[in-house]
Amino acid sequence: MNDQISPSFSLVVKKACPTCELIQPVIKQLADALDITVYVQDDPEFLNSVVSTVDDSELKFSYHNNIEIVPTLLRHDPESQEERLVGWDKSQWETLTGLSELGQDISPFKPGCGSITQDPGMEEVLAARFESQKLRARLVNLAEAEDIFEAGYERGWTDGLPIIPPTPTRVMRMLGGTDRLADEIIGHVPPDNVPCPIEKIAINAVMAGCKPEYFSTVIAVVEAALQDKFCMHGLLCTTYFSSPVVIVNGPKSQLIGMNSGVNALGQGNRANATIGRSLQLLIRNVGGGKPGGIDRAVLGNPGKYTYCFAEDESDSDWPTLAMDRGFDRKQSVVSLFAGEGLQPILDQLSRSPVSLAKSIAASLRTVAHVKRFGMADAILVVCPEHRRVFRQGGWNKHDLRQALYEELMTPGAELLSGVDGMAEGMPARLRDKMLNKFRDDGLHIVTAGGTAGMFSAIISGWVASGDKGSQLVSQQID
Amino acid sequence: MINEILLDPTAELSPVQKQLQPRLNSLDGATIGLLDISKPRGKEFLDVIEESLRQLGATVNRYIKPTFARTAPHELNQKISIECDAVIEGLAD
Repeated sequence: MNDQISPSFSLVVKKACPTCELIQPVIKQLADALDITVYVQDDPEFLNSVVSTVDDSELKFSYHNNIEIVPTLLRHDPESQEERLVGWDKSQWETLTGLSELGQDISPFKPGCGSITQDPGMEEVLAARFESQKLRARLVNLAEAEDIFEAGYERGWTDGLPIIPPTPTRVMRMLGGTDRLADEIIGHVPPDNVPCPIEKIAINAVMAGCKPEYFSTVIAVVEAALQDKFCMHGLLCTTYFSSPVVIVNGPKSQLIGMNSGVNALGQGNRANATIGRSLQLLIRNVGGGKPGGIDRAVLGNPGKYTYCFAEDESDSDWPTLAMDRGFDRKQSVVSLFAGEGLQPILDQLSRSPVSLAKSIAASLRTVAHVKRFGMADAILVVCPEHRRVFRQGGWNKHDLRQALYEELMTPGAELLSGVDGMAEGMPARLRDKMLNKFRDDGLHIVTAGGTAGMFSAIISGWVASGDKGSQLVSQQID
Repeated sequence: MINEILLDPTAELSPVQKQLQPRLNSLDGATIGLLDISKPRGKEFLDVIEESLRQLGATVNRYIKPTFARTAPHELNQKISIECDAVIEGLAD
């Protein structure tokens, strides 16, 4: 009696592969001599006249055995590690099988073809097919007559614009954009303070229209929004206009094709549009924050659909927003600011830094109200032509910040309630103080925009800025 | 046709099935629409319903579909939705 357990073999082929066609006589030889199972990826009729086969058109065996090329011959031996050969190589196949005179009448060598598991887009299809246990979200079965694009509206999932239907395949593809596990809880999303796994972020990112390559940026945006300093709950509930404004710095913004140039704060760039929208959809769907419910904005602002752009980092001597926050130029970082709208600063005549800084400072006084100081933060978006005026005049970013600070120092007496016939204003107790328009760390400067046009802009902040409300937060992208 | 499957993007705090609109707590002071679908004798039947609703304190508006064979026109649905708190559709036969 022979106690030795003989090895078994598996062979994976497809009819569309010329090499698999060529080696049919070899497969017959193997089937006659060995314990072998032959898996066919495409046509179950293939090889029917030669050997019995297993239909692997679902690709279950191929997927679970990481088949990349056909033919692949696997040798399973309980006493040693699995070995495998790809393509047809007579001498290697004879060594692995222990048989001689394989395929005497055919060419001794021919490379294989790609396995169907490697077809474009197939990886995620198969992940959804065989790894769906990783997905924990409730399945929503649509009715037979239901339009898949209307389904999101019917269930209250959208911001008013269409969504990409979050099918398991698309969500698996999105999850492929991060190494983080689908069930990792990233934090609690306000206003309902619901624990949020990476998977829910992926579902909402799919709906927003993101590509998987944006996903690590989206995760960083959500992490930033959940920082306590950002005060997402209060920001959502406020009757004021504000909502998250997302600014992306570093190499990632270029890698994923974000717009920092012409029309940077406008429409038309997929990454800008969908990364910002992902956060809004997440707050709506996971957090439960909906307009008219917890969201009590008097007017809101169009940026509540999405408000996201990249900084123009083309001037290597001009520090970026992320660098102002302590990161270096090589790090990819998202920053979130509670802001709204866009207030233009037109200055087409200034050719000196001093004149232009005065223009900008005068415009910044309008944030929230001309007589309200230290109340709302702001972002100043410096356009390239204005940046050029400062650079040619020998100013750097620090010089601009210092000049704005000095220009915006104002005697309290000029700002009091009642002054200039306006009841709005600062309390009388500040009459003898010198006040600045912005609290310390309340004015942020970024650059963006097209290279033609002397139009910078202000993104006004929430009137609950600072410790009492929201502060700009930054988060590195993994 | 294979039914599509989506993953729920929400916190899953409410049932996946579409929920009914909230029911009225009382008919007193409510405006109720009665929609006649244009089947014979519908009017007489709805006259009786109208009288009962009035006795319960409701205001009643009457509407009529052009034909029972088709769904109500959008304009009629919109009119009912802004004029009434609830609607009773007078199915017949």
